[in-house]
Amino acid sequence: MAYVASADSHAHHEPRSFVTRYIWSQDHKVIAIQYSLTAIAVGLVALVLSGLMRIQLGFPDTDIVDASSYYQFMTLHGMIMVIYLLTALFLGGFGNYLIPLMVGARDMVFPYLNMLSYWFYLLSVVVLMASFFVPGGPTGAGWTLYPPQAITGGTPGADWGIITMLVSLAIFIVAATAGGLNYVTTVLQARTRGMTLMRMPLTVWGIFIASIMALLAFPALFVAAVMMILDSLLGTSFFMPAVIAMGQQLPHEGGSPLLFQHLFWFFGHPEVYIVALPAFGLVSDLISTHARKNIFGYHMMVWAIVIIGGLSFFVWAHHMYVSGMNLSFGFFFAISTLIIAVPTAIKVYNWILTLWKGDIHLTVPMLFAIGFILTFVVGGLTGLFLGNVVVDIPLADTYFVVAHFHMVMGVAPILVVFGAIYHWFPKITGRMMNDTLGHLHFWITFLGTYAIYFPMHYLGILGMPRRYYAYEDYEFIPQSAHDLNTFITVMALLVGFAQVLFLWNMFWSALRGREAGPNPWNATSLEWQTPETPPKHGNWGETLPEVYRWAYDYNVPGAPRDFIPQNQPHDEPQPSDPASGHAREKPS
Amino acid sequence: MSSWVRYDAKRGTIEPDPGRRSWSGPRDHPVLARRGLLLFLVPLSSMFALVVAAYVMRRQLGDWQPVPLPWQLWLSTALLVGSSLAFERARRAATSTASVDLRPGLLLAALLTVGFLGSQLWAWQVLLDRGYTLAGNPASSFVYLMSGLHALHLVGGLLAWLRARAALGRGEPEKARVVIRLCAVYWHFLLVVWLVLFGVLLLLA
Repeated sequence: MAYVASADSHAHHEPRSFVTRYIWSQDHKVIAIQYSLTAIAVGLVALVLSGLMRIQLGFPDTDIVDASSYYQFMTLHGMIMVIYLLTALFLGGFGNYLIPLMVGARDMVFPYLNMLSYWFYLLSVVVLMASFFVPGGPTGAGWTLYPPQAITGGTPGADWGIITMLVSLAIFIVAATAGGLNYVTTVLQARTRGMTLMRMPLTVWGIFIASIMALLAFPALFVAAVMMILDSLLGTSFFMPAVIAMGQQLPHEGGSPLLFQHLFWFFGHPEVYIVALPAFGLVSDLISTHARKNIFGYHMMVWAIVIIGGLSFFVWAHHMYVSGMNLSFGFFFAISTLIIAVPTAIKVYNWILTLWKGDIHLTVPMLFAIGFILTFVVGGLTGLFLGNVVVDIPLADTYFVVAHFHMVMGVAPILVVFGAIYHWFPKITGRMMNDTLGHLHFWITFLGTYAIYFPMHYLGILGMPRRYYAYEDYEFIPQSAHDLNTFITVMALLVGFAQVLFLWNMFWSALRGREAGPNPWNATSLEWQTPETPPKHGNWGETLPEVYRWAYDYNVPGAPRDFIPQNQPHDEPQPSDPASGHAREKPS
Repeated sequence: MSSWVRYDAKRGTIEPDPGRRSWSGPRDHPVLARRGLLLFLVPLSSMFALVVAAYVMRRQLGDWQPVPLPWQLWLSTALLVGSSLAFERARRAATSTASVDLRPGLLLAALLTVGFLGSQLWAWQVLLDRGYTLAGNPASSFVYLMSGLHALHLVGGLLAWLRARAALGRGEPEKARVVIRLCAVYWHFLLVVWLVLFGVLLLLA
């Protein structure tokens, strides 16, 4: 129970030594950077794994990867990208950095718990990486870890790999819960004066709702992990039916593999939106700032986030159409899946209407934001195909699904990650990232991912099955499909190597970049109004800022500049607001 | 819900619905801690609810063999009710302005909790003696899973109890009072969880 909180006073003193400042830090900004760098590092591992898989698919004669390693790489690639990179980066990275700064708090309300959250996350990453070195290697069960094959002999890593995977997930869930408690409580309890809920930037709204969803959804994965560990180690039969494997009757009997699928997807589908909602929020702020125009339909945007968050708990079984289910069950989930497209479409229209007649600055963050909208629309439209039971069944095990979820859940959020890093980097380091390298990085990544994933839709409709290690001896796969696979591999490697541009830009700019000043994008939200850049411990100097307006006062008619910061008072002080403009902080 | 943005010339903003404000001042630490704990009960509820859901789903499959529950579980229930009541007394003592010695109340609560854990272990032993092992059949696996997860969370609560006791020992009663109030909430929650789990095991055997 860590409750040593000080959201609004200087109660915890600034750490002095290197260790307490940068290692065992309780400062949300340092923890955010720790989270982000760890997530990026582990994401690079997953990127390399995908490159190796693509080499196998595009150049099957090279023999770099054997069948077992292929499945292990596929499993780890998926799990790392979805959970250890995207979830950790959006919630632990951006959530940690931006929530206290955007709502005008000095820190998270539970700084000690926040520190624990990062160290548990790091431990989960270490355990996951350790699975490369256990006997049998990491699990090759596919990122969904379906039993019975996940813990049945013959699957790579069925002895130790799966255990390290599940233990790592359980530790990650502890970390995510500790973080989520902090983010939600901070948003609800530590906002500065004037920062009503309906004045928060959409970034905070996205991360806030995603954190609540994480608190509700991750326990499902936790329960599933615990039950599968028991099945594997202590011989219970929660998920394991009577199975004959390798000619041997296994000791299990009476378990239900479908039960695991329900638990997994009750977590798994909200997880899609745990990643997507922060991305929606961040991209809303990028678009509004760089189009110099208020976000269109702010209240609609907020309610769309809330509604998407709620609905996402009622669509999970659309991942299980091919598992076999009652027809009316499938009907229900098809309908709910299509309904969730409505608030999502509202958000897309509002982004486009924000851009409409805006004063669009094609900066690097803006390019990534626009790239996100396009990619998200492409991925969302193929989602409408897959949401229908009858269309999904022939497409479910093909590359069409690979293309769909990489577009909507891989490329789209990662474009937001890049855009957001280019956008907030000046606040985090005080320096700008290099623009030329940024443009180069954007165009290679954006066009390259389309070159990778567009052809996959075609391969999928052709019937090319996913999760296969090699495609050589299938009559129905023509030579043209193999050529296309080679092309995809070349593009994937190109895009993969292009990320070096980004890493180089990030580290070089952190040291040598152009000085940014406090507010290089002329943005309105609070984090750009800190007295120092990068913000010091405690964020706000002597007095907390006071908020007088929403975060989207861009191009206000009659205003001297094209933006008005949130903490700038109105010209006429309101009589109902007795002491506006003065510090009103409780002395510590 | 206003979706259109109006420009308010008087205030110089294009904010929709400007002027609504509610701000109740900075929160003090005990309030934050209590709200943080209440929020923590959300993922816990989710977890136990999902275990129950899994139990119900599994039970509907044809080969379900119910486990006859040993009477020791009733003893456990009584002990847990007792410890929850003892914590409630300690909480009331901690919130009252009168300076009372909190130590006896805390000790009683902890003893009843340890008694509960011991009684659960006894029940497990009885089940094992009757041949209902963890891996025996799905129903008995669920009995162990449910009671085990619940007991682990209670052990976690005892760590918080240690903090309260240590704070009392160091002569920091204010800190101890905060932790005791949190403990009471947590114990009540775990009591409710146990009653639900026990009820499910009894009624949906």
